[in-house]
Amino acid sequence: MKTTRSMVLVSGDPDSLAKGASEIFKTFEIECAHLGLQDEIKISWLSDTGRHDALPMAIVYPEAIIYGPLSAKDVKVIVDEHLYKGRIVESLVASSHELSGRIAWLVARKGTLPAEKRIVLERAGIINPEDIHDYILHDGYAALGKALTSMIPVDVINEIDSSGLKGRGGAGFPTGQKWRFVSKTASQKKYIICNADESEPGTFKDRLVLEGDPHCIIEAMTIAGYAVGADEGYIYIRGEYALAQDRLRKAIDQARDLGLLGQNIFSTGFNFDIHVHSGAGAYICGEETALIESIEGKRGEPRSRPPYPTTNGLWNKPTLVNNVETLANVPAIINRGSTWYRSLGTPKSPGTKVYTIMGNVNVTGLIEVPMGITLREVISIYARGMKNGHTFKLAQTGGSSGSIIPASLQDTPMDFESFGKAGVALGSGALLICDEDTCVVDLCRVLVNFFKNESCGKCNPCRIGNDRAFQILTNISEGVGTMQDLADLEHIEKYLYQMSNCGLGQTSGTPIRDTLAHFRAEVEAHIKLKVCPTGVCPMSGRKSK
Amino acid sequence: MVVEASISERVHQAVENALTRFGAQDDELIPILTHVNHEIGYLPGQALEEIAHALRKPKSKVFTVASFYGMLSTIPVGKHVIRFCESAPCHVVGGRQVILALQQALNINIGQTTSDGHWTLLAVSCLGICAVGPAFIIDDDVYGNVSPDQVPAILGKYQG
Repeated sequence: MKTTRSMVLVSGDPDSLAKGASEIFKTFEIECAHLGLQDEIKISWLSDTGRHDALPMAIVYPEAIIYGPLSAKDVKVIVDEHLYKGRIVESLVASSHELSGRIAWLVARKGTLPAEKRIVLERAGIINPEDIHDYILHDGYAALGKALTSMIPVDVINEIDSSGLKGRGGAGFPTGQKWRFVSKTASQKKYIICNADESEPGTFKDRLVLEGDPHCIIEAMTIAGYAVGADEGYIYIRGEYALAQDRLRKAIDQARDLGLLGQNIFSTGFNFDIHVHSGAGAYICGEETALIESIEGKRGEPRSRPPYPTTNGLWNKPTLVNNVETLANVPAIINRGSTWYRSLGTPKSPGTKVYTIMGNVNVTGLIEVPMGITLREVISIYARGMKNGHTFKLAQTGGSSGSIIPASLQDTPMDFESFGKAGVALGSGALLICDEDTCVVDLCRVLVNFFKNESCGKCNPCRIGNDRAFQILTNISEGVGTMQDLADLEHIEKYLYQMSNCGLGQTSGTPIRDTLAHFRAEVEAHIKLKVCPTGVCPMSGRKSK
Repeated sequence: MVVEASISERVHQAVENALTRFGAQDDELIPILTHVNHEIGYLPGQALEEIAHALRKPKSKVFTVASFYGMLSTIPVGKHVIRFCESAPCHVVGGRQVILALQQALNINIGQTTSDGHWTLLAVSCLGICAVGPAFIIDDDVYGNVSPDQVPAILGKYQG
């Protein structure tokens, strides 16, 4: 392999691309060639690192200097000064004030925030996602080789089972158990599906894995195929993720070319291939049976369960459906063993969790930390506190179906068990942090509006219930609500949970339930006093239709 | 009319291209529809009929899929489509002011198309770029961390 003196990584996430990253990349190439540096300097794309304050940015290794936000004319200065003369261009270095632990792999920051631990996003941001060789250099496809050549399928399942890995899509079902269900079916034909229809508002962790480390998912799906006896896989990815789709398709082609996908992988006689299937904009397709319907070319309406996809899935064959983040843990577990994995996180929720942090905090982005960290730690350490010195009022977890967590619960460890006991949901790992200027009625109305729009319409409780709840909340926000409305909301919430067909409908009442449980007085102020305490709601007195 | 004939020909060509690229199979219906929608801007009745014929499905089955997914449209849209994220993460960091600025600048409501057919304004669910909210997409271009005063300049890029 060719050695290079320096490496320049240009941020290639959608936001950077929109801000001219392509031109910056091209200018680096032109300027380097101009000075005859093209053989000494390697220029690559960098996926989303979680740092969004200095985009578009470029990172120069081996010094690990972050430059940004950049414009094309800055590039010439960096090439002339840093790459040619070896002098760091201080004026273009991204503000160190903003440096956060989210880029934990940065040499400069190593060890300063010991709590962050990367497994899922270990390689995202340090490898070129469009180059399979870069992945292989970072232990890529070693786990697949180990599984195929030194383990029998049941060993692989046992290893995943004893690691204690739980599904990271939101439900937290034990992954090893799911694999065992599929492996035990007698069918000759089985499928592996990677659920990459990440549409939960506030969740973009899967996008970062897919854009930054696409081969990891291909490797994990192939291992899963070997373990359960499947020879075909689908990655169902939401239509909005064009860049991730493009990178996955490239990665699949590269893996096929090297014989890591296709026929007779590692000369073991094992065959496996993967298709990328794009969604077309429907939140409900993240529900596994709706996803399967959608791959089959139908409306994405959930099936009745049971039977579960593990026995009757795609084209009525046994199908294993796993979330992106769940799969991204698999190669590391096979490589390093379940005992190592269990050393991370809490005894009942081993491993790490990727959280996306947004809202009224100083630093938004993502972190990967061991299970069991508290909300207070996330806000004070990683998010660098509340914006403008404001007070933390509530956090909304796991996207729209997640819980609303009041400040009183901010010291509860965030793992499946502790959250379950406290009656809140960890969900998909989104943390929307809100300050005291947030009105709970307004927030709840926005959340319910989402379900109203995204309900597939198949079952009545969800279709009608969310529509009615939205009308009621709109009335309350306009100052024409009544106390009867609160009783009606409680009814709707209960029936949504009890009578809806799928997870979307069943959890869609959660924002209503949590709002009334933790912030009832604030809601009643809208009704009894006709006042919105935060001044957010219009309270115009207009009766909405 | 000459113009209509050419539109019909374009639709036919887009359907043919999609069928060649993906194959006339059930599990390729959504990719086929997405392709035609991208080429034409929406899915005209003629396209649905031709696709239904090729896949040997009733037109109703094709329509029910076409009308289900948010990224597909069965009605004509403007030359440029703005998809504004109205989900909670963008909302709590000032999304409402941005959508108001968009409505004001274009003088239309959510879901409408300007009378000159230049703009369509849609409110959509999460776009997956929540760390840079408020966010919207114009055609295929992403705009994040948008403040209301940036709206006129952003829209200005798409004039003419």
